[in-house]
Amino acid sequence: MGGQKKGGARVSEDAEEQSPQRLQAILLADSFATKFRPVTLERPKVLLPIVNVPMIGYTLAWLEYAGIEEVFVFCCAHAIQIIEYLEKSEWYSHPNLVVRTIESHKSISAGDALRYMYEQQAETSQIQGDFVLVSGDTVSNMPLADLIQEHRERKKKDEKAIMTMAIKQSKSSSLTHQSRLGTDQLFIAVDPLTKQLLHYEEDKIDHPRGSVCLDKSLLESNPSVLVSNDMQDCYIDICSPEVLSLFEDNFDYQHLRRHFVKGVLVDDIMGYKIFTHEIHSSYAARIDNFRSYDTVSKDIIQRWTYPYVPDINFSGNRPLKLGRQGIYRACDAVLSRSADVGASSVIGYGTKIGDGVKILNSVIGNGCSIGSNVVIEGSYIWNNVTIEDGCEIRNAIVCDGVKIRAGAVLEPGVVLSFNVVVGRDFVVPAYSKVSLLQQPTTEDSDEELEYADSSSGTADHLSGLNLQMESKASELGPDGAGYIWEVCEGAHDEEWKHSVAPIPKDKLAEITQAIDDDDTDDESVVPTSGELKSDADSINTDMNDPNDDYCYFEKEVEGTVLRAVEENIKVDLVTLEINGLRLSYNMESADCAGATFYSMMKLAVDTPHNSASELYKNAASIITKWKELLGFYVKKIDEQIEVIMKFEEMCQEPPKELGPLFTQILHLLYDKDVLQEDAILRWAEEKAGADETDKVYLKQCETFIQWLKEASEEEDEDDEDEEDDD
Amino acid sequence: MDFQVVILAGGFSSNLVPLVSKEVPKALLPVANRPVLSYVLDLLESNNLKDLIVVVEGEDAALKVGGWISSACVDRLHVEVAAVAENVGTAGALRAIAHHLTANDILIVSGDIVSDIPPGAVAATHRRHDAAVTVMLCAQPVSGPSESGGSGGKDKTKKPACEDIVGLDSWKQFLLYIAKGTEIKKDTRVNKSILCAAGKMELRSDLMDSHIYAFKRSVLQEVLDQKPAFRSLKQDVLPYLVRTQLRSDVSSDQNNVEENGNGKNNMQNNEVVLSQVLSNASLPSFHQVYESGLDSRKTHKCCVYIADESKYFVRLNSIQAFMDVNRDVIGDANHLSGYSFSAHHNIVHPSAELGSKTTVGPHCMLGEGSQVGDKCSVKRSVIGRHCRIGSNVKIVNSVVMDHATIGDGCSIQGSVICSNAQLQERVTLRDCQVEAGYIVCAGGEHKGETFARK
Repeated sequence: MGGQKKGGARVSEDAEEQSPQRLQAILLADSFATKFRPVTLERPKVLLPIVNVPMIGYTLAWLEYAGIEEVFVFCCAHAIQIIEYLEKSEWYSHPNLVVRTIESHKSISAGDALRYMYEQQAETSQIQGDFVLVSGDTVSNMPLADLIQEHRERKKKDEKAIMTMAIKQSKSSSLTHQSRLGTDQLFIAVDPLTKQLLHYEEDKIDHPRGSVCLDKSLLESNPSVLVSNDMQDCYIDICSPEVLSLFEDNFDYQHLRRHFVKGVLVDDIMGYKIFTHEIHSSYAARIDNFRSYDTVSKDIIQRWTYPYVPDINFSGNRPLKLGRQGIYRACDAVLSRSADVGASSVIGYGTKIGDGVKILNSVIGNGCSIGSNVVIEGSYIWNNVTIEDGCEIRNAIVCDGVKIRAGAVLEPGVVLSFNVVVGRDFVVPAYSKVSLLQQPTTEDSDEELEYADSSSGTADHLSGLNLQMESKASELGPDGAGYIWEVCEGAHDEEWKHSVAPIPKDKLAEITQAIDDDDTDDESVVPTSGELKSDADSINTDMNDPNDDYCYFEKEVEGTVLRAVEENIKVDLVTLEINGLRLSYNMESADCAGATFYSMMKLAVDTPHNSASELYKNAASIITKWKELLGFYVKKIDEQIEVIMKFEEMCQEPPKELGPLFTQILHLLYDKDVLQEDAILRWAEEKAGADETDKVYLKQCETFIQWLKEASEEEDEDDEDEEDDD
Repeated sequence: MDFQVVILAGGFSSNLVPLVSKEVPKALLPVANRPVLSYVLDLLESNNLKDLIVVVEGEDAALKVGGWISSACVDRLHVEVAAVAENVGTAGALRAIAHHLTANDILIVSGDIVSDIPPGAVAATHRRHDAAVTVMLCAQPVSGPSESGGSGGKDKTKKPACEDIVGLDSWKQFLLYIAKGTEIKKDTRVNKSILCAAGKMELRSDLMDSHIYAFKRSVLQEVLDQKPAFRSLKQDVLPYLVRTQLRSDVSSDQNNVEENGNGKNNMQNNEVVLSQVLSNASLPSFHQVYESGLDSRKTHKCCVYIADESKYFVRLNSIQAFMDVNRDVIGDANHLSGYSFSAHHNIVHPSAELGSKTTVGPHCMLGEGSQVGDKCSVKRSVIGRHCRIGSNVKIVNSVVMDHATIGDGCSIQGSVICSNAQLQERVTLRDCQVEAGYIVCAGGEHKGETFARK
């Protein structure tokens, strides 16, 4: 921590010395996700064309426009292709923007990438101060200078303000609970005055209903907290150098939001703060899945992203001519007279369109040739695609070099990867993803560095990938080429949620129904979720509370004892700790005795053993070693009885291993002076009146108690004798 | 204004022992020498709400309150006094008097508030949104209820306990979440369906429920009938309504039609719709949006009215609050008292007698016929009627009720002396309460004690 602080201080000093500082950005040219498979097997995501311009072109053009002077493009998968593109498109030689590429093939997550940057930083110290962190699939036209200024000023006042993230209002659908970009709905809590981010929660698909849980400390420390679910995270962050070092310190941070943001919010030791900046008038969106690909494409065609629109050259693209109804057409595109190009369509250079073709809401790339009587609706046709006569294409993505033979039909949601050939009259079923490459299995997934960003996701995917289709190159009809990828089990929902196709009506009806059902469920359970409870409920919980408390207490003590045994901590330190627990849980000394004994015995049981005698040995060694600790709490008879009772309880717990050893261990405790005979005898007396079932262990140790009784009598007699002697 | 007002005046609050007794129910505790209930009645009268039902717990208390009301304001207001059994809770009390309720909307006001926030505004908000329930919220006092800062050194150091946690929509019109202030110790769980429907929710712990509610009668009665276990309006009925606002079981409109299904009612409904359209035509509330998205789904609205921060509001529900209210009403919030103050910012009744070299400071009140001996000093205190105060007595930040006797050389700070109590000579009290009729022996020095006959 010390070293990192130093680093932070040095950088901020630098910042003060040489203001105005260069505006820098880190652009992650890899999404570290698999949402765009199979297309991303052959081409990195940031180079996929959106309205005929690679995504990274939009991002770089925007950064340049926003006044960023130096950008580090971090490449992982297909790094060579990205570098090639940058060279070809002259971003390397741009006058205002210095583009540097950083290659790393080992990084499999944003966290790894930033850690790599941090390591590089030590040698080259490229990052001089605050920087903008974006991914290469961002389309935006928001100004950054003010935001960076705001961040810097806040940082000057409050050293802990290390990050500012841009958010934008976007109401998610009340039915599907996903935003129009197809991302899960987001719940964030912000301090309405300072705009500090207090809570960040992405709704998981697994448990979409229920309630948002805000930590108690939030409301205690803030008089007012704004919880919103109509915000969308733009994934545009202004970061201070501390962010890099935080990633270095926490090597398990992978995902920028799920790990890093959550980690910062939870960690109150370092006290770092994240702030939000709501953008109102400008556009910002990240293309995260096929649905957002569709949405953002439409936004671009509708000119929300101005000046990054098809009729303006912003990234070496050839501008198209804008006609009525939002139809962009290249000047050399050849359209048949009878072709009907509907609203909001884009037609690229060198494309030929035949007779009777209907095109609506679609983007068609450069060099395509489309036969006659083809219907294309809501689809994205990339470059050099050949579509023969009479095809129907609805809500599909068709990559470069694809051939669709006459009469073929693409149902909604289809994705055809590079150079796939769809056979004559073949119907590609809805939501299928087709590639020339086979669906990779676990072994060969190394070839490509686009990994799932969370471990669970990886597992899901990999299990799905195992269902590899063997050598069915003709899956797309006799004259076709390509494999239809299997959908993995867990992703069935994603299929329609994240597809380019609009959500079908029957699905919506299904969801509506599900919501109704859910609500009725809610009704019957009504766990009142932290709100005021009805009287009946509160009585119940009141009764439970002490028990719960005890359980927690017991767990804590167990943990403490376990640690003490493992790390060989001194007895007095352990007692100190247990005393602390006792105070905080408001427990009696007897409870401590019970809990301590319980944890010791549990330890004995948990230590590997083969037979009852070994178990006894374990128990004996632990008791011998830690009897002082126990002795601290069993000074009174009552506490000793509590220990015996606890022991009895334990013996009854499955697997009942301790049961047969009851007498032996009791004897041991007596021998070690943990228990006094008075306590054992009192316990025996108390138990004498109990039910038969309760007396199992009493009976077991009858002889021992008998012996104790006799011994004490003898003692008494001895005493008497002595007295007599006197 | 077709509003019926129910004043929940309570009975003998255990929080206020020893100030309340069989003789003095909570509603009749004097604030600046008149019963606290009179402040509520004045407030309602000034808002032209004159059809009142005062609900008192216990027959004896009801008789006492009724007696006072008939003597004080029978000519101005139409007041009914209803007695209910003790400890039935607020919801129970309403259940007991349900047959008295006839108007479409019911305004429920706690009988122990001293305030100048207009209940009429709550009623108006309620009507405008056609809400099932409307809650008045007011700003939580920043440092205890004392803004005067006169004596409040103690109050300031102590952080005010959070009274309520409320969740509001972004226009601060609707109540989306409510929890007791004590829940702040636990994690807050916000229901996602309501949050999603509303988009934004602002959780505030700096507002508190002022115990002024407007209910739609049909909704209130249905909830009270359906949920016999509900005892408290605030803790049971209100959270229930807030929780179920998007899947309402209380079908208010239908009932109206069924109950008095005549043309007139329909016309009224139309009027309501029309007034809604006129008032906030631009945006339908999220309730309507939600309703339209799903068929066969009913919603009801839970609205809030947030009182202006400059308004004064205190509930007399603890001894500390009693002290604060008394001090404020003759101090900073003196417009509430209804008295006219002298140039010295105090009120000394003409019939009161002051000895020589006795000073009565600002923010003091000296009741009718009280006598104060020589060389006394009275600061920021209320002294009742016909009190006898000896010489060399110092009274600071205290309340002395009617007919109390205070011997020579006493010093009283931050204390309450109830009526007919007697302090013998040279008693020093600090933060003490003396029960009515109690006699404190001479020369004692006490701090933070309660004097009451066991």
